[in-house]
Amino acid sequence: MSKRIEIKDLDIYYGKFHAVSGVNMTIQPRSVTAFIGSSGCGKSTVLRSINRMHEVIDGAYSTGQVLLDGVDLYGPGVDPVRVRRQVGMVFQRPNPFPTMSIRENVLAGVRLNNSKVTRPQAEEIVEKSLQAANLWKEVKDRLDRPGSGLSGGQQQRLCIARAIAIAPDVVLMDEPCSALDPISTLAIEDLIHQLKEEYTVVIVTHNMQQAARVSDQTAFFNLKEQGKPGELIEVASTEKIFHNPDQKATEDYITGRFG
Amino acid sequence: MTADTVTDPPGAPGALRRTSRQIGDVVFKGFSTGSGITILVLLAAVATFLVGMSIPALTADAADLPFGDFWAYVAPYAFGTVWAAALAMLFAVPLSVGIALFLTHYAPKRVRQIFGYIIDLLAAVPSVVFGLWGINVLAPLMRPLFVWLNQYLGWIPFFAGPVSGTGRTILTAAVVLAVMVLPIITAMCREVFTQTPRLHEEAALALGATRWEMIRQAVLPFGMPGIVSGCMLGLGRALGETMAVAMVLSPAAVINVHLLTSSNPNTIAANIALAFPEAYQLGVNQLIATGLVLFVITLAVNMTARWVVARRKEFSGAN
Amino acid sequence: MNPLTAGRLPRFTEPALLVVCLVVTTAALSVLNAGNPGVIIIVGALLFLLVSFALATSVEGVRHAKDRLAAHVVTGFFLIALAPLVSLAWGTVSAGLARMDVKFFTYSMRNVIGEGGGAVHAIWGTLIITGMATLISVPIGLMTAIYLVEYGARHRLASAIRFFVDVMTGIPSIVAGLFAYTLFSLFFGPGTKVGIAGAVALSVLMIPTVVRSTEEMLRLVPNELREASYALGVPKWRTIVKVVLPTSLAGIITGVVLSIARIIGETAPLLVTAGMNQSLNTNPFDSPMATLPVFVYYQYVTPGIPQDPYHARAWAGALTLILIVMLLNLVGRLISWKFAPKPGR
Repeated sequence: MSKRIEIKDLDIYYGKFHAVSGVNMTIQPRSVTAFIGSSGCGKSTVLRSINRMHEVIDGAYSTGQVLLDGVDLYGPGVDPVRVRRQVGMVFQRPNPFPTMSIRENVLAGVRLNNSKVTRPQAEEIVEKSLQAANLWKEVKDRLDRPGSGLSGGQQQRLCIARAIAIAPDVVLMDEPCSALDPISTLAIEDLIHQLKEEYTVVIVTHNMQQAARVSDQTAFFNLKEQGKPGELIEVASTEKIFHNPDQKATEDYITGRFG
Repeated sequence: MTADTVTDPPGAPGALRRTSRQIGDVVFKGFSTGSGITILVLLAAVATFLVGMSIPALTADAADLPFGDFWAYVAPYAFGTVWAAALAMLFAVPLSVGIALFLTHYAPKRVRQIFGYIIDLLAAVPSVVFGLWGINVLAPLMRPLFVWLNQYLGWIPFFAGPVSGTGRTILTAAVVLAVMVLPIITAMCREVFTQTPRLHEEAALALGATRWEMIRQAVLPFGMPGIVSGCMLGLGRALGETMAVAMVLSPAAVINVHLLTSSNPNTIAANIALAFPEAYQLGVNQLIATGLVLFVITLAVNMTARWVVARRKEFSGAN
Repeated sequence: MNPLTAGRLPRFTEPALLVVCLVVTTAALSVLNAGNPGVIIIVGALLFLLVSFALATSVEGVRHAKDRLAAHVVTGFFLIALAPLVSLAWGTVSAGLARMDVKFFTYSMRNVIGEGGGAVHAIWGTLIITGMATLISVPIGLMTAIYLVEYGARHRLASAIRFFVDVMTGIPSIVAGLFAYTLFSLFFGPGTKVGIAGAVALSVLMIPTVVRSTEEMLRLVPNELREASYALGVPKWRTIVKVVLPTSLAGIITGVVLSIARIIGETAPLLVTAGMNQSLNTNPFDSPMATLPVFVYYQYVTPGIPQDPYHARAWAGALTLILIVMLLNLVGRLISWKFAPKPGR
């Protein structure tokens, strides 16, 4: 249930604004890839292009290819709704649906895709997803309470459970810990380690220690200069990026001499 | 925070003492508080005068009243008021919610504001103009539809005959009312729909929801309290609307649910407008008493709305 | 087989389908001899909804079909709402233009029977009564809003005022009229109909809207500004007058203009308070005063014989009224647009 992602010559535009230019990279299945770089360099945009969420903004379009096990997400006849079903996403701030209970939140995606889920099936999905999100023990007695009553870290894990309940191939995370305290952050990082057993995980982070801790591969994005589109400067194993990067810009950023 | 916190420390030099500046503060605060109290007094006066003028009509002997027994007199109008408003809401609510969705989630971004402004224009049209339009333009257009409805669905009591020859029936009045309250409800819905947190919308889309599924999962539940209060606002307007109904409806003092005939239950407000200029003595009291009944009805609607919204607020968890 | 692709209807399908449905309906209905354009559009649109839903279900699946159906219905609703607006605008302009002449704006109805005459007395009446209502409402509304935002904070009185302002918003306009009528009957004898009574009635309707919009605007002023001013030793009332009010002035004016636009078309309360007058009366404290909405109403419902000149005057009055209201709305929006802080990107 885990797929390889290949990005080829990807350019992303918001109307006339050229956000990202010429991205090429491969992401292996069952691995964690971290996107790092200063604000506004397009790393979130590239992440969102992997499940076509950037198209939510009016006027956004892209050229080039994003291949999921060889299938182009931008090919003719591709339905963005189906893409998103296979590529799940977790956002910067936890966003459980406020009007739904914990159980309904987990099942939200499942119900969209298959209206005829029997009760036992639903229970199984809820338990399995919450277990996988390390949340089951904490919430199993209050599945019918609103999801918004949980702490920030729990809410974020609920969102992860919701994303994996539909059994996606890839899980994208857009700075999933930026709104959380250190302890919740640690819980999420542990979870990311577990998730890569089953999923291809891509995570955007501002926190370099976090990238070093959780990822197998790291991609560094940057603006060539102010006003130019963001570019992928370097992508390599996390080990190499943090200890022996090829590019000077990467080294400057890693060592804090930059941005 | 207030200027009052600048107190005089014991034995402080004169520079820290209250000066004429503080007198300015006292006066200004007095004026603003006084204005607030004026509003309370005004409202109390409205209630007192209405009740005071109604009492003679409520206590007088039915034989002395120009329009006969008060409760028998007001009943058909109270029914008409609620009935016409309910019909109007039946048309206006789904339309308004739909239009608000169109304006916030479907229309091309560049024209959303212009389209919104166009709908707002409807709210700016004075009710007397709606009345003119209702009689002259809408009623003749509705008549063929009425004939058709009566011909094929006449066995349903709502569409029973004989069909009005002018088209000036309660259904036409309800359509006019619907057009009048539509921009009010739309405006409120539009506001809450645009406030739907982007995060929730994206959460639904990222789960693989279509636009409509996203709306059902994120936008509508979030906007529910706003929709309800918008509807109540519209309902209040529909209940109290006077001129459009007074002009469009060919009125009678009856209670029935026939939508297409020329004997329609009039509304309280429209009846006052029609009967007031010619009323005298106890008749005036009696009409004012019907106005009081209308006030109570609208007040009840308003209170219900506030209650519903306050109750829903705890559930919505909007942050 | 690509798992990400679903059957997609080509882009041109829907417009083409709509045209086909309308053509088919036109043909079918003219055969049945029911070629009313309104009926054709309704039946054609329903047919289109049905066919496009069926087609989308078979090609794209039921979820996408529902999505498309929702989009069509919602767009349809918007178009339905445009219909009365267009019809109303067209009806008023076409019927009103006939009497939009110099005479209409220079003559009253004094001694006029049948043709001729004008609405100058009603226009003056509307301006005077609305002006007086504004003079009463704006100071009270403005000061109340200042109390609510700057002084009241969590006082009991403030929450009581806020609650009753809400109640006041819900007062039906005819009830406001009855109140003013009662008030003046009590002090100046039964059946007193004067312009000022109309102004009082309109004030009851206008005050809550002024309070609401002003309160909203005052709340938008950031607290840092107030604190900065206090820190300089400026007393509170001067802070309000010199810092808070100027910052929110554009918004407050917009609110006032829009609330004037709302009450200027009120008919029912003026009907029972200011009454009707065939002559120009500029004294709001003596004898009934004609107003434009009431003028329109009486010209239409109590015409002389022949009716046509009366109805033409009614429509011309309606058109004038709409133009005034539109102008006020435009001015209000222009003010808020001109002075509003521009949102970024």
